[in-house]
Amino acid sequence: MLRYVARRTLYMLLALFVIISVTFFISKALPGTPFADDKLTPQIRKQLYEKYGLDEPILVQYEKYMLNVAQGDLGNSFYFESRPVSQMILQRLPVSMFIGVQAVIFGLVIGMVLGIVAALRHNTLWDTLAVVVAVLGVSVPSFVLGPILQYWLGLKLGWFPIAFFESWIYSVLPSLALSVFVISTVARFIRTEMLEVMGQDYITLAKAKGLSGLAVILKHVLRNALIPLVTVMAPLTIYLITGSLVVEQIFAVPGIGEQFVQSIVVNDYSMILGTTIFFSVLFILALLIQDIMYGIIDPRIRISGAKE
Amino acid sequence: MAMNNDNILEVRDLRISFGTYAGEVQAVRGVSFDLRRRETLAIVGESGSGKSVTAKSLMRLLPEANTIFKGGEAIFDGRDLLKLSEKQMQRVRGPKIAMVFQDPMTSLDPTMKVGNQISESLRKHLGMSRAKARERSVELLKLVGIPNAEERVKQYPHQFSGGMRQRVVIAIALACEPQILIADEPTTALDVTIQAQILDLLRELQEKIGTSVILITHDLGVVASVADRIAVMYAGKIVEMGTVRETFYDPQMPYTWGLLASIPLPTADRSQDLIPIPGSPPDMSDPPKGCPFTARCPYAMRVCPTEFPEYTTFSAEHKAACWLHHPMAPNVEPPARVGGTR
Ligand SMILES: Nc1ncnc2c1ncn2[C@@H]1O[C@H](COP(=O)(O)OP(=O)(O)OP(=O)(O)O)[C@@H](O)[C@H]1O
Ligand SMILES: [Mg+2]
Repeated sequence: MLRYVARRTLYMLLALFVIISVTFFISKALPGTPFADDKLTPQIRKQLYEKYGLDEPILVQYEKYMLNVAQGDLGNSFYFESRPVSQMILQRLPVSMFIGVQAVIFGLVIGMVLGIVAALRHNTLWDTLAVVVAVLGVSVPSFVLGPILQYWLGLKLGWFPIAFFESWIYSVLPSLALSVFVISTVARFIRTEMLEVMGQDYITLAKAKGLSGLAVILKHVLRNALIPLVTVMAPLTIYLITGSLVVEQIFAVPGIGEQFVQSIVVNDYSMILGTTIFFSVLFILALLIQDIMYGIIDPRIRISGAKE
Repeated sequence: MAMNNDNILEVRDLRISFGTYAGEVQAVRGVSFDLRRRETLAIVGESGSGKSVTAKSLMRLLPEANTIFKGGEAIFDGRDLLKLSEKQMQRVRGPKIAMVFQDPMTSLDPTMKVGNQISESLRKHLGMSRAKARERSVELLKLVGIPNAEERVKQYPHQFSGGMRQRVVIAIALACEPQILIADEPTTALDVTIQAQILDLLRELQEKIGTSVILITHDLGVVASVADRIAVMYAGKIVEMGTVRETFYDPQMPYTWGLLASIPLPTADRSQDLIPIPGSPPDMSDPPKGCPFTARCPYAMRVCPTEFPEYTTFSAEHKAACWLHHPMAPNVEPPARVGGTR
């Protein structure tokens, strides 16, 4: 198990190295500079270039950047008066995290209930209803859903504030908008898996032991049906990251996503690069955790065991 | 419904169908048999003859969605199993009637330690504590001949071979010392050598615990050494029934002859090849009106397709349903391969 984690960590670092390098060179190849403002005199511009090391050969810049990143230093923002990028990200992290985690919780709870009801009431109106909700959830993009929620739950019913972030109540709509995709993914997954599991011999055997219907569902069906859910963890992380870019914009939430979009608008390269690295780390971590969890939950593929 | 005291289970005119897109599949069409205390009754027949459906209906484990219960009764302990509520049934499954399934590779929950899978029924039905149930699980694993039982209870099914898994399944079935054990092709999925071990184990445990066993198989060869009586099933009906001796040495209908002729002889006489029964069983969504074996029967007469024959009784235990036993039928001898070589 330890060796497995060590090896996986090595691969992760390798992947990260490649991602950072590629992002670095792509950002250099992009047209435009952060200091393209016409009001800047050539002299000031030259000073700025020197300050940020942009006048050096690209490979030297690359080397410096990579060494800095290795030490956890993502450089300074080009736009915000040389504030450290990592500090700016960390500052915005709690808000984004809160909305994201809350979206996952909403998604898991509502999605599981929907999925379980659909599976247990297979081929009834409940089932159909749950499937319709699930399909709507994956097919309606958040930039459509966000305004709908703002209009309905915010303006019409007045239950929740529609923008900014001042207290918990402000987080409900953004989280809900983000969670709809999670809800439908989880619901469809649970439904399919439960139907599949309920047809297995070991479920018949569990019933043949005289267990109650509820015990069979809780102890045998759900446990087996939930395992594959772990595999959606990485894709969901991607979704939450990309979704946050849109949702934070719509609800004016001061999170990482909103900041990222702004930094693109103003060509703040170090910020773009830093945030990309941050998102990559997040995703790679999610992949690693997914694999480890899969190994813990499902003894068939216990990492130390048969798979090696 | 006065029950003969020798019988632990009396099944009468059991009829089960399934609703399918192709129409109503009549899987079991009037099956009657008794199960005596401490005996092993073998139910033998080709694939699709309705053996598993019969067994599962006694445990009430058929899928609710499309099973159509057409009639019949199964009297156990003075009660009709087919009329019990689900709650009552949960108290029957496990401590009264238990079941072993065909495929040990898929019968165990892959995500649960085998010890816990055994403990489950002990705790539910015998009210054992966690610790007590664990202790008992170890004993049960020892009982079914799994070495290293203390270690093995903590392992998951994938760490067991097929034969070992079937032993675990048997341990689960016998955990509450049921009065009836239904074994549905318990050895079909296993290697020949392991098959014999599992059958020996079943017989040994039956003697120890004193359960009655319904052994389902499509292989007559398996039952000779294990069973007391045999019921031969074809197309949802029992076509012949008798003691093992009677069925093997004095079979009374052509389908049984066919089954017997298709057993490989241990003496491996190469000059007499196995003779599988030509043809295939009828479509149960539109079963023939008369004897269902007619289409494949070399001795079929004009009357055979028109009406299902009455049972002819040959001894206290032995009966068969075949028109050849009608007084007006010609005298037909079973083929030499059947009976003669034995
Ligand atoms: N759930 C079901 N839905 C529809 N038809 C079914 C169902 N279960 C069984 N059948 C049908 O009932 C008939 C009898 O099946 P059964 O499983 O009892 O056969 P079997 O004698 O056990 O055969 P095998 O040796 O293959 O196990 C078959 O024609 C089968 O297709
Ligand atoms: Mg079967």
